[in-house]
Amino acid sequence: MTALSLVVAAEEHGESSANPLIPAPYDILWSLIIFTIIVVVFMKVLLPKMQAILDERAEKIEGGLKKAEEAQSEAAAALEEYTAQLTEARAEAARIREDARSEATAIVSDSRTTASDDAQRIVETAHKQIEAERQQAIVSLRAEVGTLATELASRIVGESLADDARQQRIIDSFLDDLEASVNDKQKAEG
Amino acid sequence: MANLALVSAMTAATETSSDAESSTGFFGWLFGSDGFHAPTVDEFFPPALLFEGTIFEFNRIELARVIAAVVLMLLVWLVVRNAKLVPGRGQGAFEFLLDFVRFQIVEQVMSPENAKRFLPFLTTVFLAILAFNITGVIPFINMAGTSLIGLPIVMAVWIYVLYLGVGVKQHGLGGYLKLSLFPAGVPKGIYVLLTPIEFLQVFILRPATLALRLCANMMAGHLLLVLCFAATQYFFFEAAGFMKSMGAVTFAAGFAFTLFEIFVAALQAYVFVMLSSVYINMAIEEEH
Repeated sequence: MTALSLVVAAEEHGESSANPLIPAPYDILWSLIIFTIIVVVFMKVLLPKMQAILDERAEKIEGGLKKAEEAQSEAAAALEEYTAQLTEARAEAARIREDARSEATAIVSDSRTTASDDAQRIVETAHKQIEAERQQAIVSLRAEVGTLATELASRIVGESLADDARQQRIIDSFLDDLEASVNDKQKAEG
Repeated sequence: MANLALVSAMTAATETSSDAESSTGFFGWLFGSDGFHAPTVDEFFPPALLFEGTIFEFNRIELARVIAAVVLMLLVWLVVRNAKLVPGRGQGAFEFLLDFVRFQIVEQVMSPENAKRFLPFLTTVFLAILAFNITGVIPFINMAGTSLIGLPIVMAVWIYVLYLGVGVKQHGLGGYLKLSLFPAGVPKGIYVLLTPIEFLQVFILRPATLALRLCANMMAGHLLLVLCFAATQYFFFEAAGFMKSMGAVTFAAGFAFTLFEIFVAALQAYVFVMLSSVYINMAIEEEH
């Protein structure tokens, strides 16, 4: 389009509506149509969709925060529980150790007692046996020594000591004396 | 700054348009050539593409608006369609915009409950204005959808009806009028002065300034860019000798103003939505 025709066109147009502050009817009409379309499309379609996304995001973030908080409190509870359990376990271990120690002490002292009892019993039994054997020896010795002495005396004296009662009395007194002398000897040694 | 630019551009535009035929206006005098045509207000009344002369007349500014609207909805639809909980790059950028409108604009003005109620609409207005403004620097479109007054008027009237509506719904018709026209805490005599001012303010100036501020800024921006690029074209291809190098200056200026217009596009969207929030908030609050 040449400059001349532009000027002509401007003149044709410009004369009727040269004031730019007074709107032409077609200007208002088109503006209204276009702007109304924009408003409707934005307010009915585009912005609600966007808002839905933004709301969803806010919700997600809030949900995430809440979840994190829950997880944290859960973890704290778990930690507390573990700590309690650990303390308990430690206490139990200490108790078990203590029990074991005291049990061991008891076992040791028990066996020590048993052993000493056994030893004492053995010693006592031995003592009794020895005493019994000694008594037996004394009795048999007494009998035999009497007989031997009587026989010896008979041979020496040449007569039989027929009176058994008298014989027995003599032997007993002899043996008593003998015993007394042995005892005296022992006392002197002891 | 934008207003300053507007004043200078409008002055230039009116001066040249008044002398357009003789081409001995301000720029004609400055450059002394018949080959240079400074931009005029007629920039904003391009020839019709369809339905000329009817109410359905469709020209290149309407086309720019349609393209801006379609691209905006398409982009946002692409983002929303694939929206995920963990945002990608596009979704991140879009969410940045949404958060900007919410936290930097609306929640700065309103209580969170009210903000939630009006946020979808205000977000839509912000994105729409941003899209319509940015077409001013998009190559091959080069015309902000908001630089023709119709669209800013439609949006301002929408906001106007909205804040009047919520005000009346909140306080009743009488209550809202009393609240707006007879602010509490003022001596009775002052109402003689104050009430007409408040009436002008609430019922005329607020929507009018909303529309005019947006439109004028975008018009000024467009005129500045056209001026810079037209001059560059003229200097490079029609001026002779030393004057050719002037084209580098005007091209640099055009580059700078393009960046500036991107900033203004965002700034005006911000200002429009910020003021809309303030007006709505004034209507629903108990006292102001």
